[in-house]
Formats: sequence, C-alpha cells, structure tokens
Amino acid sequence: MGSGQHDPAAFLSQPCEHTRQVSAPAKKATDPQLWLRRALRMPYLWLLLFFLAPFLIILKISVAEPMIAQPPFSALLVWGAHGLQGIRATFENYSFLFRDGYYGIIVLSSLKMAAIGTVLCLLLGYPMAYFIARQPPRRRQMLLLAVILPFWISFLLRVYAWIGLLDNHGIINHALMSMGIIHKPLAMLYNDFAVYLGIVYSYLPFMILPLYSTLERLNVDLLDAAADLGARRWRAFVDVTLPLSMPGILGGCLLVFIPAVGEFTIPALLGGADTLMIGRVMWDEFFVSRDWPVASAVSVVLLLLLIAPILWFQHLQNREHEAGS
Amino acid sequence: MRRRSIFLISVACFGYALLYMPIVSVVVYSFNASRLVTLWGGFSTRWYVSLLSDDKLLAAAFLSLRIAVVSATLATALGAIVALALHRVRRIPGRILLSGMITAPLVMPEIITGLSLLFLFISMASLIGWPASRGALTITIAHVTFSMAYVVVVVRSRLAVMDESLEEAAMDLGGRPLAVFFDVTVPMLLPALLSGWLLAFTLSLDDLVISSFVSGPGATTLPMLIFAKVKLGVTPDINAITTIIIGLVIVAVTTAGLVTNRRKAASA
Amino acid sequence: MNEATPMVQIRGLSKHFDGVVAVNNVSLDIQRGELFAILGSSGCGKTTLLRMLAGFERPSSGQILIDGVDMTEAPPYERPVNLMFQSYALFPHMSVEGNVGYGLRKEGLPAAQIRERVAEMLALVKLDNLAARKPDKLSGGQQQRVALARALVKRPKLLLLDEPLAALDRKLREHTQFELANLQYQLGTTFVVVTHDQDEAMVLASRIAVMAEGRIAQVGTPAEVYEYPANRHVASFVGNINLIDGVVTDAGAGRATLRCEALNASLSVVCEDAPAAGAALCIAVRPEKITISRAAPEGQDRNVVKGVVRDLGYFGDQSLYRVRLSSGTVLQVSAQNLRRSASLTIEWDDEVYLSWEVASTIPLRS
Repeated sequence: MGSGQHDPAAFLSQPCEHTRQVSAPAKKATDPQLWLRRALRMPYLWLLLFFLAPFLIILKISVAEPMIAQPPFSALLVWGAHGLQGIRATFENYSFLFRDGYYGIIVLSSLKMAAIGTVLCLLLGYPMAYFIARQPPRRRQMLLLAVILPFWISFLLRVYAWIGLLDNHGIINHALMSMGIIHKPLAMLYNDFAVYLGIVYSYLPFMILPLYSTLERLNVDLLDAAADLGARRWRAFVDVTLPLSMPGILGGCLLVFIPAVGEFTIPALLGGADTLMIGRVMWDEFFVSRDWPVASAVSVVLLLLLIAPILWFQHLQNREHEAGS
Repeated sequence: MRRRSIFLISVACFGYALLYMPIVSVVVYSFNASRLVTLWGGFSTRWYVSLLSDDKLLAAAFLSLRIAVVSATLATALGAIVALALHRVRRIPGRILLSGMITAPLVMPEIITGLSLLFLFISMASLIGWPASRGALTITIAHVTFSMAYVVVVVRSRLAVMDESLEEAAMDLGGRPLAVFFDVTVPMLLPALLSGWLLAFTLSLDDLVISSFVSGPGATTLPMLIFAKVKLGVTPDINAITTIIIGLVIVAVTTAGLVTNRRKAASA
Repeated sequence: MNEATPMVQIRGLSKHFDGVVAVNNVSLDIQRGELFAILGSSGCGKTTLLRMLAGFERPSSGQILIDGVDMTEAPPYERPVNLMFQSYALFPHMSVEGNVGYGLRKEGLPAAQIRERVAEMLALVKLDNLAARKPDKLSGGQQQRVALARALVKRPKLLLLDEPLAALDRKLREHTQFELANLQYQLGTTFVVVTHDQDEAMVLASRIAVMAEGRIAQVGTPAEVYEYPANRHVASFVGNINLIDGVVTDAGAGRATLRCEALNASLSVVCEDAPAAGAALCIAVRPEKITISRAAPEGQDRNVVKGVVRDLGYFGDQSLYRVRLSSGTVLQVSAQNLRRSASLTIEWDDEVYLSWEVASTIPLRS
C-alpha cells in the first residue's frame, strides 16, 4: 500500500508520541457523564421551581379560604410563637363547585364541546390523511407540509381571521347574499358553531399527523390480500384499514381532545355569551371576580378530568416507541 | 373505486380550503383601502403605513421579540441538557419525576400553567421579595418553562436516531468528554437544536394566555395587544400584522427548506 | 518495557450486564506486531471484549495491561489504543482531512505537524486526492480507508478493528483483506480484529482466538485452529466438518479404534492419550480430507466407509457431495476437479467408497 516517497518503515521508526505517556499507571477513569449530571441540576431545579412548585401552590390555594387581603386567601400553615401551630385547610371551595351546579354544567359543557370538536376533526382528518398517504412520495411531502405550514403562523391570528369570514357582515354572508342564495345573514359567529369550526380548523394538523403516520406505514399488500380474498373495497377498509389505523385514530383524537377541553382563545374570540367553556370561565373567575381559591379548585378539577386521557395518551406513545425500536 | 377517489379528493380540497381560506382572506383584505370587510375600496397599503406610526404596537412587538429570543435560547439550552441526560445518564435521581415534569407542560391547559405561575410569582414576591414586579422577566421565565418541554421532544427524537459510535470514535481519538460534546454531539444535534429553538421562539411569540396571567402593568406583549383589539371585531391593521407574519413565516420555511434540500443534494 | 512483554495482557477479564455474563474469565496474551483475530458468532462476547480493550466498557473483574501498563480503569481518551468502528463512525460534518486530523488535534500537536502527518497517512492509504471531501461523498471502500487512516495516524500501540470488512461488498472485501494484512505487516502495529467471518480471520490473522459464550474456546494459528480444533464447537464453527460419535473399543500406542454406530463401521484415530475402551469419543473429518471413488480404495492406514451419492454440487473448481451411508448418516465430501472434463466421473445415486487417512481423523474432547 505504501508508495515510494512515503516509506512505511520510516513511519514506523518515528517514536510513538502519545501525549499521555502510558509509563505511569493511568488515573482512575473519570465519569464521562459527570459534567452532564452536573449540568442537569440547572433544568432540574428550574422545573422544580417553576413547574412543580406552582402546581403545589395551586393545590394549597384550592384548600384556602378567600380573604380580602394580599394575597387574597388564607394561609395553609398557621405559625405561632413556637413554630407551626396547625394546618388550616378547607374543602369548602370544592364542595362549593359541586353544590353550585354552575361549574358542573360548565365542565360537562367543555367536555361535550371538546368531544364534538374532536369527532368533527376526525371525520375531516381521516379522509385527508388517507388521501395524503396514498399519494406518490414527493407529493405526499408537499401535501403534509401544506398541513403543517399554518401551524407556524400565529394561532391567535388564525383564529382571528375567521371573524372576518363568519361575521354577519363578513365575507361568506356577503358572498351568499350577493349570489342571492340567502336574503338574511346566517348567524355563524359568536355561537357554538363558530367554536366547533375553530377547534376543527386549529387542531386539524394534530389529527392528521398521527393518522398519516399509521396509514403510511400500513402495508398496501394487506389491502390487496383482502381484495384477493374477495373483500369489496369498502369491506376491506372496514376489516383491515380501519382496525389497523386505530392507534393513529386514538392518538389524534387525544391530541385534539386534551387541549380542546381547556381551550381559551377559540371560545373567547368566536364563542357567544352562552358558550360555556372552562378555560374562558376560569379567565373570568380570575380576572373579573378575583376569587383565587375557587379558580384554583376549578384548575385542580380540570386537571383531574384530564389525567385519564393524558395517561392513556402516554401509554399509546410508549407502545408506539416500543413498536418502533 | 373511482367514486371513492372523487370523495377523497373533494374532502381533501375542502380540508385544504378550510386551512387556507382564512389566511388568504386576511392577506387580501389587509390591502383593502376600506375599513369594512364587505367593501372593496381599492388596493392600498395604508394599514401598513399606520402600523409604523403605532408606538404602542411597535413597543409590544419589540417586547414580544425580545422575550421570544431570550426564552427560546434558554429553553433550547436547558431542554437539550434534559434530553441528553434522559438519553444518556442511566441513574438520574427522581427520573420519573423529571420525565413527568418535562412532558406535563405539553398537555397542561395553558390557563392552569398561567394561573399557577402567577401564584408562584406572587408567593415568591411576598416571601423573598423576588420578583419585585411582574413583566418581561416573569413572562420569559414562564415561556422557558413550557417551551423547554417541546425542545426536549425534538432533541430526544434526534438523539434516538443518532449513531452513538460517532461520540465513541471521538473519545477513542483522544477527545475528553466535554470536547467530544462540542466537537461531535453539538454539530450532530444542530438541526434538532435549531428546530427546537424555532419552535420555542414561535410558541413564545404566539402565547397569549400564559403571558396575560404572569404579566404585570406596563408589559404588554403583541398577542395581548392583538387580543384586546380583536375582541371588538375585525380591524384592518391587525390584518396587516397577520400578513407581515405570514410573509416572515413563508420566508423562514422556504429558507429552511432550501437549506435542507441543499444539504440533501450535497449528501446524495 | 522490554520487547518480550506481550503488547496486551488480559487477565481473568469478566463483564456482566445486569446479571448476564457477556465475557467470562478471559485470559489472553497478544504479542507485539501480531495481527490477532477474535472470532465468534454474534453474542459470543467478542464485541464486549473489544470495547473493554478500547475503554468503552468497564470490566466487572479482571485486568487489562497494555504494553505492561494497567489500563483497566483508563478512559478511552487516555489509552494508546485506537478503534476502527464497524460503521466507521466518520464525522459527517468534517472533511476526510478533518476526520484524520481530529485525533492529532486533540493531542494538541502544532498545525504544521498535523498537516504533515495527515498527508503522510492519506498517502499511505491512497486517499491524498480526496482530502477535502466529506465522508458521505466517498465510496464504501474509501470510507473504510479513511476510518483506518484516522485510527492509525495517532500511531497507537494497539489498533482494534471491529468487523473491518463487513460493510464492503464481496469483491472489494477480498482485495481489502490483503491490503489490510499488508499494511499491518509494513507498519508493524499490533492489530486486533474482531470478526464473525472465519474466512476473514483465517486470511488476515497470525493467530486466532475462537470465542463462544463469553469464553475463549481455543487460541492458535489459523492452521492449528482448522486442523486441530480443540473441541466440537471450534470444529464446527471454523469451516465445514463431519462430526461422528463413537465408542472406543481398543486404545493404546497413541491410537484408538472406535465403533461408530452412526456409520455402521469401525474407525481408527491417532490420539495421544486416548480414553480407555468403553468411553465415548467424538471424531471429526474435514470434507476435503475424504477421497471419493467408485472403486475400492487402496493404501494403508485409511478409514473406509461405503455409501450412495444423494446430492452433488458442481462449483467449477471443486464439487461437493453428500453421501448417505447404509446407516442413514450423511457425510459431506469435497473434491477438487483436477481434470478437465465435461462429464462427471461420479453421478447421483452412484455407489461410492469414502476413505481418509487415519491421521486426518480429528479426535475431539467433549
């Protein structure tokens, strides 16, 4: 291998010059992850302080009594001259939520609206994802990008854009009336319809992406096999494609449902005065009536409601990971 | 089969129309000389010009940008460390707690995040006197906290497909751990770090709910200002802002696309 | 250190992963300037052994001395050892030159010296015209040479090669195999090659360690391992072989006679300390040691059995036969096609005699 001017023998005869001479016994190995473990302290502390601690504070305030003070709630721990004297906790805020009925209605209404929005999103997203997954690879990429692209444009502004379309004096009503299809503007804004539309529109990418990834992986041969075994197209879809895309359906639905329950912006901009969604009510509870303990108790209840779907989603993700590796 | 593909094509067309109709209408009407949506008063750039003289709006935009840059940078640094540690370090004290704290913000309703952080800041202020007032600092802290979670997701998915023998090779050739990190790990993670940063930047720039809770008097971000305005209906200058943001996004996406394409072409 | 000290001394090395034993009490000396191969199937612990030599895994017990110095606990970056990775692990963001120079830069050598040594090394592996290329613009063979150059440029006392040829296609592999052996001979660096490919080990190595289930089954030259396998495992892992079980009927004077029910015949074997009569003994015969003929074979001191050709494969240079004996056992036989002829002398279903020298019969300890 060596050429004339690069004599391997000469290469050999040069002294071995490892900078770290090995004549001395080598030191004990330094842990290569030591610096990483040290560096981890910072984000760890950050999360403990700015994520876990606030959460515990919410729990604490939710069992305090509202007071006209700064901050406007009673202390959990009662300190006296000789240290801790007692714990003052009340479940009054929670029992208020259940007695009152108002909050129960709002929670149910939020769940219902999020669920309907999710189903609508699925009904539109599934055919779209199916359509994209069946395109040639290059076009697939383009179509997917077109689904994701709006995500990068401000959510608030995209929701806002619907106001101009749906308004009584908006573009759609104007167009329909000038075509003579309707004579009176359709009430499309500031009602539940607008909120559903907003949810479908805003969360469509979250529905399409997981659906697409399961549908894309789905083996076309399976459909051919089903067809070969005599299944009609529709039956093949119901018997093969639909069950196999179940993980994508569940993943997409949870990805839409979970944030939709606590959604604030969509009901605040597009909803009517009678649109009851918990995010909006909490905003008002806090900014308008300034009842911190009740707002905290509502938060805790909302979180408890969301824990089941969140854990389910995590479970799905983990299974996906295991299948992938 | 024929009928079904017609069904699919029409649904897809409807879906894409739904996604793009509002955006297109805002862009078109941002050039409308008339204040009314229904009336086309001719082409005009007057709303853009009036933006430039709106001091409040410019200040809010500048504040939002500043917060977004700082919080995205911090979130990327902290998030990358968490992702690396979760991927590499076998024994982390409270591993479940850590991975819980890093995934929870992804699914936590914004309104709760905002409320709880506000309570924290108030409690801290009354306990240790810091933060003395709420504003850009508290908003930045809040944004770092939730966008870190997104960075971790992006970086972890990159780490999962990274060839670990590259780092071993660098160590084998005499690189000490920290040198290996900067010589190999960081360049390999760069695409993920960049997209994580962009994601954090966008989330911060876009955030309304959390900012509204943790902000104080005097600190109004762009989304807070926009929200206050659009609650009352369509305003042409917001159309103009939207159009500018859409333009910026298109430029950014195209550049990113070109860069990846060139890289792909180079590696082909 | 004096020249007689082995370059690598491995003493009682073990590695457990969560209770699973990957490497089990391995002791091994590798001499200076050797091209040593560690051969074994996947999961036999050879990669773990290599990674402990490189410093990526910490041994559970035992000791590694390199050039007489205890390196058991030293991290990879403090060992005079370099590794050529199976995947090559070339840094995709650095040019060929950058890759090869990386190790020298970490040593803190002056830039001029780095340039010089990189150029020298690239010339040695004939890549001097590709110095500015990025790794992904190179062919598989070129990448392999970059990886080799990058590991060698630091002048390690020991170069470890993890399946160095596995990623190359067959033609290139044969060529590269000789180049690699040649380069090692020229440089005189100690090479340790880990491979699952017995041909690779045989052609490259001066000595081979065959590993199985975390232990070293045999160490020897390629010829020793092939002709004198220490046990059943080595015999069947290296090359093709016919294994036959028998019972000793007569032993003495360095020979044993045994009755093999599987062949329905009595065979003789040269055996130093043959077990006493009545003991079980396994013997082995390589297919190429067996002569196949239609006429009864002549000559002394041969084991002879009779059978029918059930299968034959014509490979041009040689033919492979599978011959079924009356007992039902099938023996593999290979024969060089020494004469040019379009028709085969032995065909399907021919009755044939198989014979081999008693001295070619391998006794195996169980």
